Amino acid sequence: MAVVNLEHIWKRFGETVAVQDFNLETNDGEFVVLVGPSGCGKSTMLRMIAGLEEISEGRMTIEGREVQHMPPKDRDIAMVFQNYALYPHMNVFQNIAFTLELRGVRKAEIKTQVEEAARILGIEHLLQRKPRELSGGQRQRVALGRAIVRHPQVFLLDEPLSNLDAKLRVGMRAEIAKLHRRLGVTSFYVTHDQVEALTMGQRIVVMRDGQVQQTSTPLDLYDNPVNKFVAGFIGNPAMNFLTAHFEAEARRLSGESFSFEVAPRLSEALSPYTDQQVCVGVRPEHIQAVRDGSETRASTLKGTVELVEPLGSVTEIQVNVGGTLITAQVDRNINPRTDDSIELSVDPAHVHLFDMSSEESLLAQQAAA
Amino acid sequence: MRGWRQWKIYVPLGLVMIFLMLPFYWMVTTAIKARHELLNTTNPFWVFAPTLHHITTLLTQTDYGRWFLNTLFVSLGATILSVSVSYMAAYAIVRLRFRGSRVLSTAIFLSYIVPPAILFIPLATVLIQLHWFNHLWALIPIYATFLIPFCTWLLIGFLRNIPRELEEAARVDGASYLKIMRRIILPLSIPGLISATIFSFTLSWNEYLYALVYMFSSANKTVSVGLTTELIHGDVFQWGQLMSGALLGTLPVVIVYFFFVEYYVAGMSGALKE
Repeated sequence: MAVVNLEHIWKRFGETVAVQDFNLETNDGEFVVLVGPSGCGKSTMLRMIAGLEEISEGRMTIEGREVQHMPPKDRDIAMVFQNYALYPHMNVFQNIAFTLELRGVRKAEIKTQVEEAARILGIEHLLQRKPRELSGGQRQRVALGRAIVRHPQVFLLDEPLSNLDAKLRVGMRAEIAKLHRRLGVTSFYVTHDQVEALTMGQRIVVMRDGQVQQTSTPLDLYDNPVNKFVAGFIGNPAMNFLTAHFEAEARRLSGESFSFEVAPRLSEALSPYTDQQVCVGVRPEHIQAVRDGSETRASTLKGTVELVEPLGSVTEIQVNVGGTLITAQVDRNINPRTDDSIELSVDPAHVHLFDMSSEESLLAQQAAA
Repeated sequence: MRGWRQWKIYVPLGLVMIFLMLPFYWMVTTAIKARHELLNTTNPFWVFAPTLHHITTLLTQTDYGRWFLNTLFVSLGATILSVSVSYMAAYAIVRLRFRGSRVLSTAIFLSYIVPPAILFIPLATVLIQLHWFNHLWALIPIYATFLIPFCTWLLIGFLRNIPRELEEAARVDGASYLKIMRRIILPLSIPGLISATIFSFTLSWNEYLYALVYMFSSANKTVSVGLTTELIHGDVFQWGQLMSGALLGTLPVVIVYFFFVEYYVAGMSGALKE
């Protein structure tokens, strides 16, 4: 267990900036997820913590020790690679034992430790097999075994589940989370999958183009994204965005085929935008279909249904609202049909607002001020 | 239909095999033909009175045994030297990021293209300066001049296919570069090393020009040079002995191929499959 402190970390490859001024201090035993689209610098950041990539600028400490100039082996870390990186010519036992052997641990002790790791991961029966005789999930477990047998201060996991099929991924996700609770080792987990990030991370760092966009807990990221990118990246299905005109007198945000009442919590943030355009963000689960005959709502959208996808518990529909495609999760009993006209209502308490040019959240700006 | 498809495969294959095996067959039959049968026979493709006469005279009345051992010594030495140097060079070029590694790998390949016929005069000057002329072991570094570029180039291609993550995992596990080379990369490169070994051994075994120019005493000759210089007197060819010598001389190469080709093929298809 350890506190990892990353201060003003930069990485440049020639002219290209891969990571820009990265700052983070973990708590002891925290599970931190780095998430972002491919090429955002998250793997590079992880590789810098591992020591596989040199940092161009900045300071990095693990439990107070400055490590940025140390080779990987002296940093007291263990890493799980995306493609497992098991040594193909060694069997499972040798794969897990390799690191202990290099440290000069005695044979009897190696055997005990490898068997203990294998027991934790449920792979005792596979110890004599070669990696090519294992399934994807089993290989992933061996890779984890290789990491835990070292008892490192920090775990680094680089998209460890991306090569597994969807069902196995969900299972392994839970197992890694369980393993983390059991061992309590400070962990960095890189993924491009926001569902993985939300379900596993105690804290999530959202990255884009080498820059940290937001660092927070899963629910805070979901509820209070600081900009349009985070809002659109976190959450599945993704947040809907509409361009609206703010009519200050009427206290309404309106656009083609829609008009929202401005909730009191939004009025202050909107005050500098009188008679200007803002970007309105609404999550699909905060949009409901208006049943025939019910009273007129304060915030409504009108459009044509373009796609209906029943998901069982809810029905996901795509509606064309004045040329913009909106996704909504509606009650399954509504049973809309393609090409139907539909009226949707929005919960004003869950509306997000973003500046049209900077894409920053108006609410976050207000909170910061 | 199925029969015709098989014919389409086996007829051309058979023709190519006959074409390739004919010189070998000629060599074997000539080596065991009696002297009178060599030039005067009703059927040159058949041996009517087989004899081991040529082989025994070759082994008893010439330095053939010596030449054979010389060739073996030089070929083994040159192969071991070249494959080990090339392995390290290829690893450095593929994995260690240093300025000019790309230029270096191109330069190594280009140096292989320079024909020996151009190189042997400057090389002779070097040998004279070093007082290495007519020393058998001098052929080892000389052969390395064309073997190392070729083997390095071959191993570069091979090492590139070994996933970098394996080395990174080993570095995180705590292995030094030397340990990574020995414990991780070496076992995975065995198929590549075997093909480099086969090529090096065959090329050194059959080398003619350098051995002919730089070694002049009979005791320092290799098989290919010994046969052509000692068994051809003016325009008289000792066909029986020449072919016996060639036959015995091909055996080591045949053995190397026989044992290693299967290993080589198996290694190529299995070693890196995850």
